[in-house]
Amino acid sequence: MILDRYETVIGLEVHVELHTKTKIFCGCSTSFGAPPNTHTCPICLGHPGVLPVLNRQAVEYAMKAAMAINCEIADWCKFDRKNYFYPDLPKAYQISQYDQPIGRNGWIDIEVNGQTKRIGITRLHLEEDAGKLTHVEGGYASLADFNRVGTPLIEIVSEPDIRSPEEAKAYLEKLKAIMQYCDVSDVKMEQGSLRCDANISLRPYGQKTFGTRAELKNMNSFRGVQRGLEYEQLRQADILDSGGQVEQETRRWDEAQGKTFSMRGKEEAHDYRYFPDPDLVRIRLDDEWKAKVRASIPELPDARKARYIKEYGLSSYDADVLTSSMKLADLFEDSLKYTTDAKASANWIMGDLLGYLNANDLEIENVPLTGQGLGEMIQLIEKGTISNKIAKTVFKSMIETGKSPKQIVEEQGLVQISDEGAILAIVDAVIAANPQSVADYRGGKDKALGFLVGQIMKETKGKANPGLVNKLLMERLKG
Amino acid sequence: MHCGMKEEPDLSLFDLRLTDLHNKLAHKELSVSELVEASLSRIASTDGKIGAFLTLDESGARRAASALDEQLLKGGERGLLFGLPAGIKDNMATEGLRTTCASKFLDNHTPIYDATVVKKLRSAQAVTIGKLNMDEFAMGGSNENSAYHPVRNPWDLSRVPGGSSGGSAAAVAAGQVYFALGSDTGGSIRQPASYCGVVGLKPTYGLVSRFGLVAFASSLDQIGPITKNVEDAAYVLQAIAGHDTMDSTSANVEIPDYTAALTGDVQGLRIGVPKEYLGEGIDPQVKACVLEALKVLESLGAEWEEISLPHTEYAVATYYLLASSEASSNLARFDGVRYGVRAKNPENLLDLYRRSRSEGFGPEVKRRIMLGTYALSSGYYDAYYLKAQKVRTLIKRDFDQAFERFDLIIGPTAPTTAFRLGEQVGDPLTMYLNDILTIPVSLAGVPAISIPCGFADGLPVGLQMIGKPFDESTVLRAAHAYESHTDHHKRRPALSGEV
Repeated sequence: MILDRYETVIGLEVHVELHTKTKIFCGCSTSFGAPPNTHTCPICLGHPGVLPVLNRQAVEYAMKAAMAINCEIADWCKFDRKNYFYPDLPKAYQISQYDQPIGRNGWIDIEVNGQTKRIGITRLHLEEDAGKLTHVEGGYASLADFNRVGTPLIEIVSEPDIRSPEEAKAYLEKLKAIMQYCDVSDVKMEQGSLRCDANISLRPYGQKTFGTRAELKNMNSFRGVQRGLEYEQLRQADILDSGGQVEQETRRWDEAQGKTFSMRGKEEAHDYRYFPDPDLVRIRLDDEWKAKVRASIPELPDARKARYIKEYGLSSYDADVLTSSMKLADLFEDSLKYTTDAKASANWIMGDLLGYLNANDLEIENVPLTGQGLGEMIQLIEKGTISNKIAKTVFKSMIETGKSPKQIVEEQGLVQISDEGAILAIVDAVIAANPQSVADYRGGKDKALGFLVGQIMKETKGKANPGLVNKLLMERLKG
Repeated sequence: MHCGMKEEPDLSLFDLRLTDLHNKLAHKELSVSELVEASLSRIASTDGKIGAFLTLDESGARRAASALDEQLLKGGERGLLFGLPAGIKDNMATEGLRTTCASKFLDNHTPIYDATVVKKLRSAQAVTIGKLNMDEFAMGGSNENSAYHPVRNPWDLSRVPGGSSGGSAAAVAAGQVYFALGSDTGGSIRQPASYCGVVGLKPTYGLVSRFGLVAFASSLDQIGPITKNVEDAAYVLQAIAGHDTMDSTSANVEIPDYTAALTGDVQGLRIGVPKEYLGEGIDPQVKACVLEALKVLESLGAEWEEISLPHTEYAVATYYLLASSEASSNLARFDGVRYGVRAKNPENLLDLYRRSRSEGFGPEVKRRIMLGTYALSSGYYDAYYLKAQKVRTLIKRDFDQAFERFDLIIGPTAPTTAFRLGEQVGDPLTMYLNDILTIPVSLAGVPAISIPCGFADGLPVGLQMIGKPFDESTVLRAAHAYESHTDHHKRRPALSGEV
């Protein structure tokens, strides 16, 4: 393996759209999916003479996010202009933060292969998003939609602490979970509310200095990030192996072809001519404001995970999976208001629920299942009203319809038959109908027992209490 | 010496005091429509020579006048500037009314919103007559940088009116409008007011909202009135000053009653006169008029002494770095993509940018964009932009220190009187030095007024009075007291001279 010879060094730049109601410098709505150019005004369109006014909520969200990833928070919020021409940028400069980001020197912990690793965060800064261009087929025109322009963004830059595409994915997943817990963003990569660029370089093991890096763009999913980095790792290793030199350049990941392509070289890099935006005043982030924001941060994934292990005796892996999404963790905790069997709840969520979501390519947000429903279903199993096997059917129905387990059980007649007399009658009928199997069992063929149980369950449409069936059948066969 | 000279004024409707005009309106001796027609006919008969207007809104003005006349009949409260015909410099956004910044780039641009000052004028019930000529994007001091046509000085049509608010100053001087709004970045209200013999006030940075003012240099730009006398300047300032939530740099300060400050009392007022403002390069006749003005103020009980603003000599260099840097970014939005004029048949995006900007901007604008782009470039930022910011702080400190001992600083507004058209066009550096006395004030962000203080060879001389931040009241009080004891402001130009 060539990768045994080279160490991979990755740093990620992640953009997260903050879900404020209005844009960062004007009063336009930030909601996603509106018809093109309907959420615009002279200010976000950069008409001659307009001025920006900072949205306080955006600053607060940025502070909150920075605190949640353990950053030091600046005492002043100052904005700079990043100058470049592009048709998606109406003012021909982006209002951003250059030398005084809101947050610096943070970190998050990730877990890969059972090992915890700390990834440093260089900085988190606040800026405005650009518009969206659609290039018309044939290349004769481009269409500009300025709905997104001016949506508040935070850019989170990691230290070059990531050593594999897998770690990169784990970092992104953790970052996403933290932003979701903080309730500052929808963090939906498919809608562009979370976007990721990567810097990647290789160096021989033991070398102190970094190799020449490539910047990777256009990765539109976590999996895309991982695949893009995996491809780039091999591409660079090949170059190094053949005695060549990696070019410092920006490369685009092509998802369909599974390859990266050069976009622009080092010499084409922009000079953004940053300078402080004279249209905006510096905002003081005083201790009182910081304390208020800090108090609004909920229990974060790491803390929750530790609590699940301690309070509910879950394994580290289970706790990790449950806390990877706040919605999942909330569902789990909601269910525990109705059942004390945390382990059972965790198993249902991690097994049947996640299996269902994966198979149907859904997110937890997209299904109507409630924690109360799950808790009540576990109760029904404990009481013997339904069997574990029946519960699987009930649970699937709950995921799909959001109905309570009781309602589903009643509607579909799934109540478990625990009446000994009724079951005994069926046991006797099955024994009478299958003399050969009875003889086989008595002759030492244990397999025959399974067949007989199956026949009984078939007769009762699976509703017979499995424990009772076993007990009564054994009694009859022995007797 | 012409400083004390007195001539019979050529009185028109617009020479009446604002309160007298309002009395006539109230007593139905005059209608707003008559005022507006007076303005329009004066423009029709004079603007062929002057060239102050870029766009006239005759129908809009007449409509507004009728509505105000109807209100007069009904009675009720009237706005502060009720019925007064006003001209607006063409770099302030007027909804539905073409706003070009005197640039070919915006030849076809009609804003979809009103600048805050335009809204404020409307709520004060002034009547907008049209949009006034200027140096392209407010860059220049002679109005020769208009992409349309130059403006000529009403006192001598062979001479420039100053700039960049040359159209505003000339329109007021020529009696075309009752008052005008100008904008001042390094002297663009005061210097043309000085050249045209009218009153021009640059308020403290932040006193008047910049929302809707097409930005030249955001940290310096400030809108202010150009009027025929100090009292009118106080009224117009009253109408346009005040905090605006649409402008983050707008100051949240209480607005005093500016006309109440016009007491005529300057007893004990302490005046500093910077030696740097009366030294080399200042025309002796200009200097004589300023010294004469100081005598008048002294006779009214004010005291003055010579002071020093030691960093004055660095102001012009500092200004051209900072203002051009900001301009290079502010004017980047003019790219031919969304509004304004677009180059025809571009080959690709870069070609669209290059040609739209090459064809759209005039030479002075290009010069400043290049200068500013260079100053902000990686590797040069510290040596130019950052250094200039530090010098700006020193210049501001000069003023802070002076204002610890003085209530007012006085000097000339410009080193000379109006020069001839074409005289300095080929020499931008000499042109830049015309602003040597106004630029330090802009860099310090403090308020200053230019008022007529005499004539040199028949051309008006301006006196600059500079005040403490947000102390427009003292500036206006001193200017008014001086004006009340002199007649320079009452002289009217004959609109003659070789064209």
